[in-house]
Amino acid sequence: MNPLVPMLHSSVVAATPLIFAALGETVVEKAGVLNLGIEGMMLVGAVAGFAATLTTGSDTAGFAAAAVAGVLLSLVFGFLTITLQTNQVATGLALTLFGTGFSAFAGHDYAGLPLNPLPGVVIPGLTDIPVIGDLLFHYDIMVYLSLVLYAAIVWFLTKSHTGLKLRAVGESPTVAHAIGKSVNATRYLSVMFGGACAGIAGAYLSLVQTPMWVEDMSAGKGWIALALVVFGTWKPTRVVLGAFLFGAVTQIELFAQSMVPIPAEFLSMLPYAATVVVLVIICRDPKTILLNQPASLGRSFHPAA
Amino acid sequence: MKRHLLKTIGLGVAAGLLAAAPQPSFADPLKVAFVYLGPTGDGGWTQQHEMARQKLQATLGDKIKTSFIEKVPEDATSEGIFRKLAADGNMLIFGTSFGYMEPIQRVAKLFPKVKFEHVNGYKTANNVVVYEPRFEEGFYLLGIVGGLMTKTNTLGFIGSFPIPSVVRDADSMTLGALSVNPKIKTKPIWVSTWYDPGKERQAAETLVAQGADIVAQNTDSPASIQVAQEKGTYAFSIDADMSKFGPKGQLTGSTEDWSGYYIAETEKVLNGTWTGNRATRWGLKEGMVVLAPLNPAIPASVVKVVDEKKAAIIAGKLNPLEGPIKDNAGAEKVAAGKTMSDKDFNSMNWYVAGVEGELPK
Repeated sequence: MNPLVPMLHSSVVAATPLIFAALGETVVEKAGVLNLGIEGMMLVGAVAGFAATLTTGSDTAGFAAAAVAGVLLSLVFGFLTITLQTNQVATGLALTLFGTGFSAFAGHDYAGLPLNPLPGVVIPGLTDIPVIGDLLFHYDIMVYLSLVLYAAIVWFLTKSHTGLKLRAVGESPTVAHAIGKSVNATRYLSVMFGGACAGIAGAYLSLVQTPMWVEDMSAGKGWIALALVVFGTWKPTRVVLGAFLFGAVTQIELFAQSMVPIPAEFLSMLPYAATVVVLVIICRDPKTILLNQPASLGRSFHPAA
Repeated sequence: MKRHLLKTIGLGVAAGLLAAAPQPSFADPLKVAFVYLGPTGDGGWTQQHEMARQKLQATLGDKIKTSFIEKVPEDATSEGIFRKLAADGNMLIFGTSFGYMEPIQRVAKLFPKVKFEHVNGYKTANNVVVYEPRFEEGFYLLGIVGGLMTKTNTLGFIGSFPIPSVVRDADSMTLGALSVNPKIKTKPIWVSTWYDPGKERQAAETLVAQGADIVAQNTDSPASIQVAQEKGTYAFSIDADMSKFGPKGQLTGSTEDWSGYYIAETEKVLNGTWTGNRATRWGLKEGMVVLAPLNPAIPASVVKVVDEKKAAIIAGKLNPLEGPIKDNAGAEKVAAGKTMSDKDFNSMNWYVAGVEGELPK
């Protein structure tokens, strides 16, 4: 078998949790809320999903539990930042710290237990095609669902009435409020959506990628998802491409080690260096960021003000 | 009457003073404490220490009282933990991670009567000793299993950081494999982390894609066992038996059983024969290095070779790091008939012939 095929396959699997988390955050930020708590919500989702699947034996139950756990945690963030109008950056950071600690506490008894991995989807006829079948039709169901989610979000943000309303809230909450849209209700819903996505992303790690629970297993992926949103200039298509690129670069790093005599530490730096380079390219023209960043990002809105 | 009363009070006070004086009583159990780097349920390194602690407690029963503190980072936190344990009356304290070396040295000076045991370290004192398993014996046997079982003549190795103690594992495995199969190549991948299941998984997939049908590791998660189980290849576990994560995928593994050492050392403290300034290295012979259960897929002919080599190592007839050993650039590092000096052993930062690539420097 051509070694490139499994390489690409691994890249896609590595990208999938990033896609879920980053797409969720894109919607949250489009509504003008900056939630830095993705890492925490992913970890809580990972442990909730693992516990649910271990108990019930059902992967669906695991992902559902992870989404619910993500939503619950995001509601804490929503209540603090939207209702009580706390600082979004500080609250988001606190959410990550809390999620990391809480997941370690809640998951203590689940550490070191095995779980069967989610089986790959088999599409009769298609999965068996050489190379193409391996490349396109050989993943677990969540990989395909992440692309469905992507398509749905693109449609939602550009074509649906509610999506346009959400963007209006993110651009100018005052105007949205003046024409009778409920700013804070919209923000609550988008924060909850982001929480569900982050929870599912976490469960993808503990149920599919490496079916087990270990503390801190997200290993910074929540932060990468956050960077991807900026990297993709708040456009879902670019966010998804960025996630695939990141997945591929992490894979190339390992692949290249036996090919070229480059220090492993340098290669480990590559994905992050690539992120910095792309961010620099994006920011070279300040308009790219200014035109795309939701104007009210990170600012609280008080309806009476 | 009054005098009698005073006398009684006097006696009582004297008795009270005597009781309050710190007299070691034989009825009091010896307090033994363990400091762990990871959670006890890590399924690997820390779990093995915890199992040994439980066995120690069960074996010596009410003569001792053991306790542990888990998830102690290798920073200033650990010094406080060691100090507290010593102040709480623990007379024997085991620190089970390399990074506790300096904190143990500092706390040991403050508590000269408390005995400290440090794993994998090299600094001793009058009340500090170090102990370490002969990992190279375990990895040498893994190499033999791998060398006889591989169909592609390629073994993979997922390394954490290219430090001597890890490079040595890759080298020992390669030497073991070459002793039974001269065509063996080992492909190493360094992941720059001890514990990142996602990255370890990617590394294992990369090695399999590059033709390694058996992958060893010294990183901590069972991710590569899971990959082997899924892809129909094989992997070796590290520290603990990880076969529950992939019963078909795990061929065997190099694991540790610390209980023999912990029981022996605690008994020394109990009968007063414990001394400081020692460095202990135990291997297959003493039972500190143990192979994980062999996968039923390993044919009897292979099991026979493994058993013979194991017996030879135990009998002292075979030293995995005996010359001639060449590095992978062709230079002779250990002459025929010689074994490596401790200094060379502790600073082994070169690949033996058979390992591909250059060591990241």
